[in-house]
Formats: sequence, C-alpha cells, structure tokens
Amino acid sequence: MLNVLAQTAAGEMVEGLKAIGAGLGYGLAAIGPGIGIGTVVGNAISAMARQPESAGMARTTMFLGIAFTEALALIGFVVFILLLP
Amino acid sequence: MAATPTIVADHTQVTPERDIARDLARRAVWVAPAFVAIGAIGWGATGAASAAVALVLVVANFLIGAAIITRAVGISLNALYGAVLFGYLVRLGALAVIAVALKGSGDWFAAVPFAITLLVTHLGLLVWETRHVSASLAFPGLAPQPVQQVTPEENHAK
Repeated sequence: MLNVLAQTAAGEMVEGLKAIGAGLGYGLAAIGPGIGIGTVVGNAISAMARQPESAGMARTTMFLGIAFTEALALIGFVVFILLLP
Repeated sequence: MAATPTIVADHTQVTPERDIARDLARRAVWVAPAFVAIGAIGWGATGAASAAVALVLVVANFLIGAAIITRAVGISLNALYGAVLFGYLVRLGALAVIAVALKGSGDWFAAVPFAITLLVTHLGLLVWETRHVSASLAFPGLAPQPVQQVTPEENHAK
C-alpha cells in the first residue's frame, strides 16, 4: 500500500516538475527576444525621429525584425507545449 | 527672399506593417492546405485540426502585432515603444494560456503537429515575405505608394 502511494506521489512530482520546467523554460526563452525587440524598436524610433520621410521603410524593417526576433520566443513556446504534461 | 518651405512627411498616413501582416495572412491561406494535409497524413484528424489551429494563431499573432503598431504610431513614438514591448508580453501570455487550454481540452489536440506548424509557418512566411520586400524595395505585395507630403503650414492647420 505504502509502495503504491509512494509511486503515485513520485509520478505526480515528476509531472509537477515537468510543468515547472516548461514554464521556466518559456519564461527564460522570452527574455532574449524581449531585449532584442527593445533594441529593434529603439533603433527604428531613432530612425523615424531623425528621418520622418523614411518612416515607412523603418516601420517595414521594424515589423519584420520584431517578427523574426519573436520566432526565438516561439521556439521556447514549442518546447513549453511539448513538455507540458 | 522667401524661406524655402520644409517638407515633412506625415508618417502616420502609411501603414506598412498592416500591409505586411495582410500579405502574410494571404500567403498563410495559400500554404494552409499543405500543412493541414501533412497534419492529417501524420496524425490523422487531430493532426489536421491542430495544424489548422496553429495557422490561425500565427496569422492572428501577425495581425494583432501590426494593429498594435499602427494604433500606437498614431499616438506617439514613445507610445509605440511601450505598446510593442507590452504587446509582445501580452501576446506571449495569450499564446501560453491558449496552449494550456488546448492541451487540457481533450483528445482532439496533438501537440507535435501544432508545434511544428506554428514554428515552420511563422519562420517560413517571414522568410517568404522578406524575399519579397528585398526584391521590390517597397512595401511588400503592393506597388510603391507615394508618401503624402505635408508642408508645415498644412501640418499646423490640421
């Protein structure tokens, strides 16, 4: 009886640790892209402030840059969803 | 001697990110049958449904991101910075909530085709779009449109 209970508890603990690991991994994976997006947007804003006439091109590049940087976070998201119990 | 009028472009009149997002959505519709078919072949009906959900999430992510930028640019450049960063956080949080909800919603959801479709579609569509932008040096998928020129007098009159 005790053996069964111990096995159940161990199984639940593994599932819980998996969920914690998945959440931590996703959170950590989102830090880098957050910094990257900040850099991309900051530089795009600088460009738009200096040359408002080229704002269209700056925003095009900015949007694509944000989307590419976000792909890194999506890799973390994919790991998260695959690890999620 | 009359002073030469300075020409300033009204950068709130152009919406390149919205055009890009719509272009991406259109391309996503083109590639959707292929991903759904791959999901169906590999994982059956659950795979097809999961791949379709992933495609919808990718397109919604692009469209919402573009809408946030378009809206924030009309306010100010500072608002743009804040909106993009907080929009990123909110979108990632929403994705996580949706993923947890989908995973717990039953047997119809398969994580592997969902994850593959999400990542491949996001990156693939972006690479496709970037090639187009590079080729035209203009707004993607569209003929270049002239930026509306506004003189300082007209700008003040607004």
